Amino acid sequence: MLGAPLILAVALGYVGLLFAVAFWADRRAERGRSAIANPYVYALSLAVYCTAWTFYGSVGRAAAEGPAFLPTYLGPTLACALGFTVMRKMIRIGKAHRTTSIADFLSSRYGKSAALAAAVTCFALLGLIPYIALQLKAVADGFDILSHAPLIIMPRHLEAKPVLEDTSFHVAWLLALFAMLFGTRKLEATERHEGIVAAVAFESIVKLAAFVAVGLFTLAAFGGPAALFGRAAAEPRLQEILAAAHPRAEPLGWSLEMLLSFLAFLCLPRQFHVAVVENVSEEHLGKALWLFPLYLWAINLFVLPIAVAGSLQFPGGVDADTFGLTLPLALQREGLALVAFVGGMSAATAMVIVESVALATMIANDLLLPLWLRLPGRPLSLERDPRRGILVLRRACIVLVLASGYAYYRAIGQMHSLVALGQISFVAVAQFAPALLGGLFWKHATRRGALAGLIGGFAVWFYTLIVPSLVDAGLLGEAIVAHGPAGWGWLRPGHLMGLEGLNPIAHAFFWSLLVNLGLFTGLSLLGTPPAAERAQAELFVDAFAFPARPEAVPLWRGTARVRDLRLLLERFLGRERTEEALGEFARHHGLRPRPGRPADPALVTFAEGLLAGAVGSASARVMVASVVQEKPLRAEELLEILEENRAAISYSRELEKLAEELRAANRRLEELDRLKDEFIATVTHELRTPLAAVRSIAESLQAHPRMPEERRRSLTAVVVKESERLGRLVNQVLDFQRLESGKSLGQPLPLDLREVWREAAAAMRPMLEERGIRLALEEPETLPPVFGDRDRLLQVALNLLSNALKFCPDTGGRIDVRLERRGDEITGVVSDNGPGIPAEDREAVFEAFYQVRRRGPRGRLAGTGLGLAIVRRILEHHGGWIRAASGPEGGAAFHFGLPLRPPPPPPPALTP
Amino acid sequence: MEPNAGRNDRRWVVFLLGCLLLNPPMLSLFAQPAGILELPLLYVYLYLAWAGLTALIALVSRESPPDRGGGP
Repeated sequence: MLGAPLILAVALGYVGLLFAVAFWADRRAERGRSAIANPYVYALSLAVYCTAWTFYGSVGRAAAEGPAFLPTYLGPTLACALGFTVMRKMIRIGKAHRTTSIADFLSSRYGKSAALAAAVTCFALLGLIPYIALQLKAVADGFDILSHAPLIIMPRHLEAKPVLEDTSFHVAWLLALFAMLFGTRKLEATERHEGIVAAVAFESIVKLAAFVAVGLFTLAAFGGPAALFGRAAAEPRLQEILAAAHPRAEPLGWSLEMLLSFLAFLCLPRQFHVAVVENVSEEHLGKALWLFPLYLWAINLFVLPIAVAGSLQFPGGVDADTFGLTLPLALQREGLALVAFVGGMSAATAMVIVESVALATMIANDLLLPLWLRLPGRPLSLERDPRRGILVLRRACIVLVLASGYAYYRAIGQMHSLVALGQISFVAVAQFAPALLGGLFWKHATRRGALAGLIGGFAVWFYTLIVPSLVDAGLLGEAIVAHGPAGWGWLRPGHLMGLEGLNPIAHAFFWSLLVNLGLFTGLSLLGTPPAAERAQAELFVDAFAFPARPEAVPLWRGTARVRDLRLLLERFLGRERTEEALGEFARHHGLRPRPGRPADPALVTFAEGLLAGAVGSASARVMVASVVQEKPLRAEELLEILEENRAAISYSRELEKLAEELRAANRRLEELDRLKDEFIATVTHELRTPLAAVRSIAESLQAHPRMPEERRRSLTAVVVKESERLGRLVNQVLDFQRLESGKSLGQPLPLDLREVWREAAAAMRPMLEERGIRLALEEPETLPPVFGDRDRLLQVALNLLSNALKFCPDTGGRIDVRLERRGDEITGVVSDNGPGIPAEDREAVFEAFYQVRRRGPRGRLAGTGLGLAIVRRILEHHGGWIRAASGPEGGAAFHFGLPLRPPPPPPPALTP
Repeated sequence: MEPNAGRNDRRWVVFLLGCLLLNPPMLSLFAQPAGILELPLLYVYLYLAWAGLTALIALVSRESPPDRGGGP
């Protein structure tokens, strides 16, 4: 037995938990360790989109109409596909202009128009109060159903409770308290409300987990999906929803609903709030754009199974909206029903919290403050502490929003299903879409067009959706719905112009959007906006072409004093925040504004931007105008400033690119310089070793004139050998140097590579025989000539052979050379059966003096260390290549190639 | 600008593809009583297409290398 006290305790406990989460996140934020600064929390906060409508209403819709519940979630998915085009721009602009709400955003775009801000606010309020009422109704219904368990009684059969005994009343005031506590801590509405975002993300997890739990339980209780749908297929009354009549019977309705949710997702004040105002970093968008659709997908996965199972379980008498609760109850799982109740509550409360904060900010900033500023005889300076006043105003607005939602629910909420109420709200907020999207991408969109479109669209919304519901409520006569006003049939609210074949929502959406778009585009095309509005249009549409900080584009001229601006800021932001902000300004602009001095236009723009973040752009405009003497800029001047800044930013981008190229070139030069130093150091070291040997022998000969003849001879032999090595080294260094500078190649002449190799083999023969090494030269019968310097190519062959010789084992050594033609080049392989080259060294062996670091097989320095480096240089100068690999018998193999055509003249090489 | 333009084009393609896949008349192909493992065909199709679209969005929504405002 659940019982009302237990359920109430769980409900209030859950809200208490929300307070704890929000409090924790705010504390973390104060300590500088934000809990919400990551794409996962951002994506979860976007999931505030899923309300009680999703949790309960979708099931109800699925049970009645099959897949018709899905377009509401497919639309936002498509919006995410375009997220980088639309949402990123909104975030960028929102941050640059310190936007506090969608009303503020639109007002700012259309020349900081107070009228537009007020219109958007009023319409949002009218459109969304029913939506908030819907959430409260869901909580109340859930409570009523659970408290009568194990009986299953529909709330509509119950008597309305007195307000104080109504759960949703207590939930409403608790949520108002929550929103006031965590949503109005600072005046600057652009300051993030970390506590609220964290709580909303937490609720998103709870509602998903709860819904999935109910879904899995349902599937298990009915023996798995196949068994469940098998039973459903045998039930004639479920045929319709399974065979999915909806998209076929009403294809237009399906697509219109998808478009509707696409637009609503972008325009809903709460979505704008979490997506733009609370966004921590633009970079979080990338991940959120697919995490959020994934969330929608997951939370919708079990809608149909629950709907079908509920329809099987209850042949009638139970609202399909309540299946999420009543199904577990009917199957004697009261605990699970309680979990579902908490899930539904989390969906409802998250929406109510964010929507009421967003709406309250709009009412205070975009409706009441501009009115108050216009009141005659209440000049700004009389108000002693406007900060407190505005915060109190905002809190009062939160109470107002929730109280209206609750009152609406008490008045007529019982008559509508969850989905119908939600969709009426969607059509209302979709009226913002033409002005929003047009404002983002169309420079010629004007304030007059936006305002007229909004009003026209809203009027149609009211006439087609609200008038019929007033008739249902008995407030209007039925004649208007049945026959049209004054009997004009073509004006029937449900069938304007006699349009048939659409459901009421799609019908209202179509006509309102048509009127809205027509007025918006028509008036925009006909009129020319004033200069200030055109400037804002440029800043919005080309948001990515301008600097992120608006004060970098100061669209202002006149005289202002720093002291006045500072006083204004201090009144609204407080002394501390003003100091901080002015310090920030000084850091970016390199000068500290002194009181008493005239303020430059950048500071005026900066101050207005700061104020806009607290009171909205329209009010900020008025406030700043009250302390400065402005000389209006002409349109051409404004556009000129904009053009200059646009040019400046593209110029600075060019400069940045150029600087990066220069830095790269410099790095390359430094690297070459380093290589050169290294080369010189190695060469000197290499020269000094034999020189030191020669010198010490000479000194010893000088010191011991009577040295035995045999000893003397052996020492002189060493001197000769070391001098020879010294001479060879000097020659090779010179060779190498010449090759590096690309000067040492003779005129390329056609030559037969086989002859070159035969000559090299003959020259090496004595040394090979001395060590008992067998050399096999394998060559094709015919080989086309290559073009090259014969002496240099002979040097290649000799160096490769003597390198192989060095690494052959003392007994049974063998070297294989194979030449062949492959396509348009001649390739060769020189392989030995020595120890081979480790894979990681195969490139390094071609570096000069590489083998200084590696000793030859017999523990002595095996050569000068330049042989292979010279080979590679010569081949590259001939347009060829060489690389080291592993030979057939584990030894080293050098593969090289030379083109048959003469190489192009070598580019001037950079000498080390 | 060029690589960004390419990325932006891909996003539009995904969006248009999604519009086509998730709307009639495409849906009417699947709106029939037949099913897979007793599951209604249309639902199976819708959830698969939805998941596929989400995967495509993930592919094209990778954060571009810090472009200095050269975006869409």
